Amino acid sequence: MSSPFLTAVNISHTFHDLPVLENISLEIQSGGFVALVGPSGVGKSTLLRILAGLLRPSSGDIHMADGSRQEPIGLVFQRDNLMPWRTVAENVRLPLELMGVNGREANGRVQAMINLVGLVGFEQRYPAQLSGGMAQRVALARALVHEPLFLLLDEPFGALDALTRERMGLELLRIWEAMPVTVLLVTHSISEAVFLADEVLVMGSRRPNTERPATITHRIPTGLPRPRDLAMERTAVFQDCVTAVRAAIESGV
Amino acid sequence: MNTLRTQPTWLTAVISFAFLILGWQLLVTIGGYEKFILPGPLDVWQQLKIVVGDGRLLRHSLITISEIIPGLLIGCLVAAPLGYLLAKSPLAERLLSPYLIASQAIPIIAIAPLLTIWISSVYWSRVAVAALVVFFPILINMVVGLRSVPSELYELMHVLKADAGQIFRKLEFPAALPVFMAGLKIGATLAVIGALVGEFVQPQSRGLGFLLIMARQSFKTDLVFVILLTLATIALSLYGLVALLEKRVLRWKLQK
Ligand SMILES: Nc1ncnc2c1ncn2[C@@H]1O[C@H](COP(=O)(O)OP(=O)(O)OP(=O)(O)O)[C@@H](O)[C@H]1O
Ligand SMILES: [Mg+2]
Repeated sequence: MSSPFLTAVNISHTFHDLPVLENISLEIQSGGFVALVGPSGVGKSTLLRILAGLLRPSSGDIHMADGSRQEPIGLVFQRDNLMPWRTVAENVRLPLELMGVNGREANGRVQAMINLVGLVGFEQRYPAQLSGGMAQRVALARALVHEPLFLLLDEPFGALDALTRERMGLELLRIWEAMPVTVLLVTHSISEAVFLADEVLVMGSRRPNTERPATITHRIPTGLPRPRDLAMERTAVFQDCVTAVRAAIESGV
Repeated sequence: MNTLRTQPTWLTAVISFAFLILGWQLLVTIGGYEKFILPGPLDVWQQLKIVVGDGRLLRHSLITISEIIPGLLIGCLVAAPLGYLLAKSPLAERLLSPYLIASQAIPIIAIAPLLTIWISSVYWSRVAVAALVVFFPILINMVVGLRSVPSELYELMHVLKADAGQIFRKLEFPAALPVFMAGLKIGATLAVIGALVGEFVQPQSRGLGFLLIMARQSFKTDLVFVILLTLATIALSLYGLVALLEKRVLRWKLQK
């Protein structure tokens, strides 16, 4: 449980002449759940893409646990990015198809994920027929269906109402507890970050009056016991942690 | 206006066609033109009955169609992979696109005689002209279609460790299909023009183009009209077929 799943050392990234990330080092434990927060435009999505192996950083190294680089990962983009020519069920099935999982086994897993995200009855609809929040839930189901070892979520609940958002968060925790999956979650909701994660990483700039280049300014362990339940949001530990994260974000800009 | 708009499209089409015929007849009656300058609808109808009756129209139409279809298919089969190459390889694009664009500046009617020199078979030289006309719009649409694939979907395939074949089958092909089908619709009508140009250059005794030349030389203007109408019908039918195919393969587009 305590071997690092991913280690990033001194990651810096510059887009053309815009320095975005500077000297970011982080470690995510195997089976850990880390949340990443920070103001808009600070570089959260950029860092996520670097960790996903989609973007080569201008400098720095990333090490991953043996073999996990070659495994398909689960990824939810900030925008849902479904394939418009595939139905809901076909979108969710995509990762399984690519891995060669077919037939009844695939159908069962797809249906289970659709149940989980609450889209029963919409299996044969196309993305154009879904609301923004429904599409996001399809994207989440697609990210989870192949039981990835590494799950990267960029604002996966951004378009959901508060109650659905809470329910999806709890489902995500349930899945995370049942599977050997390591999660990195980008979110704009401080309370969501604290409620779900073991540790909240706060991004911001160390320089005054500018957001860029950003680094990780604070690492705040949430200190809440597992398994989590919604009643914990009323505890002093939770409230203190939320206050600490908020102060960290404000001090960083 | 409003009542017309609420009618089914076939009814609108019939009404507008009726007006067209009526206007045509009026023009002939008022103008009093000679039959070889502007034949009336009735003359054309008589001529149509003759060439349908003696089987000439069908025979020459089938020959022209047998040039259009392979021309369209060959044009697609060459243009689609080349379009893929151009869209995927910046080097190929830099090397080839100047020539491809320059080739479009030369009218097909100027290239066609060259093709007949290089290809000795009358049939295949006509098919080649049709294919050449079809080639460019298909190529362009293939490139545009592939370029329109959202980069996030490429990234998704990448993190799911899809191989090149899977990326093509499950992402690029379906994503480019709508634009490709639009190109195919344009190509279908252009193939008709291409085959006809091929027949003009190589008119040896068969095809609607040959029939057209014969009709013109003997001042059978009513027969010219019959042939033009036949060509329009062929082009419309082919377009309709492609549109039907498009509806089938792009069913998801209709579900809005
Ligand atoms: N592909 C790109 N090319 C150039 N600049 C980019 C690119 N992607 C992001 N940027 C820039 O990098 C900075 C960080 O962007 P990023 O998307 O990582 O922010 P973010 O923290 O995810 O913001 P948000 O919370 O609004 O999603 C922004 O200033 C943005 O303009
Ligand atoms: Mg972002």
